[in-house]
Amino acid sequence: MIIFLLAFPVISILFVLFGGRIAKCIAFGSSVAELIVSFVMFSHYQYNSNVQFLFDQPWIPQLGIRFTVGMDGISMLMVLLTNILIPLIILSSFKKEYSRPGLFYGLILLMQTALLGVFTALDAFAYYIFWEMALVPIYFIILMWGGDNRVKVTFKFFIYTMAGSLLMLIAIIFLFFQTTEHSFSHQAFANASSSLSPTVQGWLFWAFFIAFAIKMPVFPFHTWQPDTYTQAPPQGTMLLSGIMLKMGTYSLLRWILPIVPLGVAEWGNVAIILSLISVVYGSLIAIGQKDLKRMFAWSSIAHVGLISAGIFSLTLQGLQGSMIQMLSHGINIVGLFLVAQIIYDRTKTHTMSELGGIISKSPLFAGLFLIILLGSVALPLTDGFIGEFLLLSGIYQYNVWMAAVAGLTIILGAVYMLRAYQRTILGEMNGHTEEFAPLHWNETLVLVCIAGMVIFIGVYPQPILDLTGPAIKNIVDTINNQIYTLR
Amino acid sequence: MNAILLLSALSILTLFAGAFNMKKLALPLIFIGLIGAFVLNLGEWNVSDNYFYNKMLLFDHYAVAFSGLLTILTLFIFFLCHQYYKTENASIADIYGLLIFVLIGGIIMASYSNLTMLFIGIEILSISLYILAGSRRLSLRSNEASIKYFLMGSFATGFLLFGIALVYGETHSFHLDVIRQYVELQRGNLSLKFTTGIIMMLIGLSFKVSVFPFHFWAPDVYEGSPTLVTIFMATVVKTAGFAALYRLFVICFDNTPLPDAWLNIVWGMAALTMTVGNFSALYQKGAKRMLAFSSVSNAGYLMIGVLAMNHYFSANAIFYYTAVYSLATIAAFGVLMLVEKERGSNEFSAFRGLSTHNPFLAGVLVISMLSLAGIPPLAGFFSKYYIFYAAIQRGYIWIVVIAIINSLIGIYYYFRLMISAFAKEPDMEKIPEEFSYKAALLLICLLIIALGVYPAVMSGLI
Repeated sequence: MIIFLLAFPVISILFVLFGGRIAKCIAFGSSVAELIVSFVMFSHYQYNSNVQFLFDQPWIPQLGIRFTVGMDGISMLMVLLTNILIPLIILSSFKKEYSRPGLFYGLILLMQTALLGVFTALDAFAYYIFWEMALVPIYFIILMWGGDNRVKVTFKFFIYTMAGSLLMLIAIIFLFFQTTEHSFSHQAFANASSSLSPTVQGWLFWAFFIAFAIKMPVFPFHTWQPDTYTQAPPQGTMLLSGIMLKMGTYSLLRWILPIVPLGVAEWGNVAIILSLISVVYGSLIAIGQKDLKRMFAWSSIAHVGLISAGIFSLTLQGLQGSMIQMLSHGINIVGLFLVAQIIYDRTKTHTMSELGGIISKSPLFAGLFLIILLGSVALPLTDGFIGEFLLLSGIYQYNVWMAAVAGLTIILGAVYMLRAYQRTILGEMNGHTEEFAPLHWNETLVLVCIAGMVIFIGVYPQPILDLTGPAIKNIVDTINNQIYTLR
Repeated sequence: MNAILLLSALSILTLFAGAFNMKKLALPLIFIGLIGAFVLNLGEWNVSDNYFYNKMLLFDHYAVAFSGLLTILTLFIFFLCHQYYKTENASIADIYGLLIFVLIGGIIMASYSNLTMLFIGIEILSISLYILAGSRRLSLRSNEASIKYFLMGSFATGFLLFGIALVYGETHSFHLDVIRQYVELQRGNLSLKFTTGIIMMLIGLSFKVSVFPFHFWAPDVYEGSPTLVTIFMATVVKTAGFAALYRLFVICFDNTPLPDAWLNIVWGMAALTMTVGNFSALYQKGAKRMLAFSSVSNAGYLMIGVLAMNHYFSANAIFYYTAVYSLATIAAFGVLMLVEKERGSNEFSAFRGLSTHNPFLAGVLVISMLSLAGIPPLAGFFSKYYIFYAAIQRGYIWIVVIAIINSLIGIYYYFRLMISAFAKEPDMEKIPEEFSYKAALLLICLLIIALGVYPAVMSGLI
């Protein structure tokens, strides 16, 4: 079943490629089918920390490479996130006419397979392949359908992420030669590293962390991000920020904490400090932005910094919060970028000072935007609140002062988000917004779905905590035991 | 062995077809002949002690695998011939015949078990290539390429012969297994004469595969030769060259470690070839010259495989690497050849607008460039990984680190060519693509993807 989950988008690519004008419908249908499959798997899921739906076959026997995929609670959540967001992203583009739609939607589906692979792979080599495979479609999506400055920007993006990946590849190969049975499996890596000294683990930690930090991105590896987000077509930005970014945070949980625990013990505080710098720095720059899309991009840096800090707090609350926040950030940011797309389609501008008074033209849009925005600034009873609250309490247990700094994110976030709302939606109408057309059916549908999830998760987050709880507890216990035995 | 006989007959037939004005017959004849040769070659798989002519040739797994690869590559290149030579009045039958001679030379280079056969193989291959490089008789660049290649090539052959002579002086034989016995008897105390001999042979063969510091001819010759011949040089000749180089040392030093001087030289060559090739490629304006330097830097990666030699251990890696590299290079040159022909230039700017007017060619270019740059899940990534794996297993860590940094640099220029195809240029016209041309390129792309998704089919042959 998991193989079907991974292969189905690739198979439907064949139909999408030659779908011509109905390509988007085929792609949407396929992604909905995929969503249903993942819900069926979810319903068969048993709430414990074991890996389920395991599929394990030799792939390249000469090199000791196996194709191993499976899901625990963490993977399950990420798979659900991916499969919920992809149909919404495709649906949000229904009124846009991209040139060569077959290719465009084919690349999105290819991306979906790669992302699902990253979230389920338990063999480091297969994981690496999927990790890289996710980069190629998004690169082409931006290169072929992006803004005017796309060539330079995508190039920087590609070289940046590739450099990080190669560091990770070196670490993976190194670990492979440390395993007794010469294997890439997650378990073998964890076993092998327990005999490595803290210094070596420290090196491995950095090799992995830089690769993930570039993807998320965390200060100081973030310089590619605002430009790329701005130049990408709206759907590309949603993919990048909604799902692809989660590859980085997910990988922290999967490939850093269990594999190099002593490296984390050694360098975790530096990682937290870097993450907190992203939080404050990202927020401050977001306040200064004039361009709506750019502001959302910087806000994403701030939010993801908090997730990463929570993960390195190594507390149950911190990790639980990171899981919820990964889900809700994915949902919120896709909503926010859709808002940016809707505004741009109607007014041809992202500059906030040129907007205003949209509320009198489209109160429905203003209302839905408000809900998503409040989720993003972490108002109680929205999804952002649950995540950020848990994250902050995790960081608090780690260090009070760091929690105080991290708490700034809520205040600063409220500043830039509400100001953006006030400037674009409220205020006086002007030439750009006078003709603001009401929402299309597809836009309404996506926004309503997202707003619904924002509130649902905010009110009733327990299913998510139940889903990821056992796996998270396992990770936290293992790593704290290892660190404890060392000291 | 039967493949060599069939191919010799085929090339002579092709020459006659030209002489009797039956040029139309030549191509179908060649396709049938090449497929026949491939099948005959496969028939010799798993025949033990498959020696021919007083142990002159040995068709072991290694030889059969490489012969098959060379034949397939030639077949693909011949698919591109028709459209390339369609508008030309040149004596194509002669060119076709010579191309098959190159293939024969390559097969001998992959299957020799006697140094004279190595020499004969190289000469058959080289002399045909000297003519082919100059086959555009009225073009100055083509003539220059021919002369340059000839002078450099004969120089290299001199080194090779000198090395063979020194080795013969010490071991009293041209037979590889006799040389091996000699090496085993010496138990590591190899005489200066013998060591000099093998290093000179290494230098002679390095010329053929364009390894630093013997690569200087490559860019000029690649650029000046007719593009179809350039494809041959960059793929078939390079594959054959590495097959010969590896075979020589893996047989002679089967049970004894290679001398340190030799290892250090190969280490340095590998590192410098990659680096110099890559950095030179960064600064090229023309796609053809860029691909020439890319072929130099790829020779550097292959030298890592040679360095990691131990009982045929890295032979699989080299086999897989040459196959994947050659496929991607044929695809890239295939696109370049049409662009050059229709737009009269091979600079990056000539590729502009390809994605709008010729989406198929742009797609082929993307796949080949991604594979050459080593982006997973395409085969190029696995081929590099395979080489690195072999090297790390033999304890060569630093060369792998250098190689990984180099592959990052490689991404830069491969992507530059690829991106230029996506620049918008409404003025350009659509380039006509023939069916056979498209079919061959499509097949190559599918192979690159398939070998990447499931490399195990090819990675354990030898």
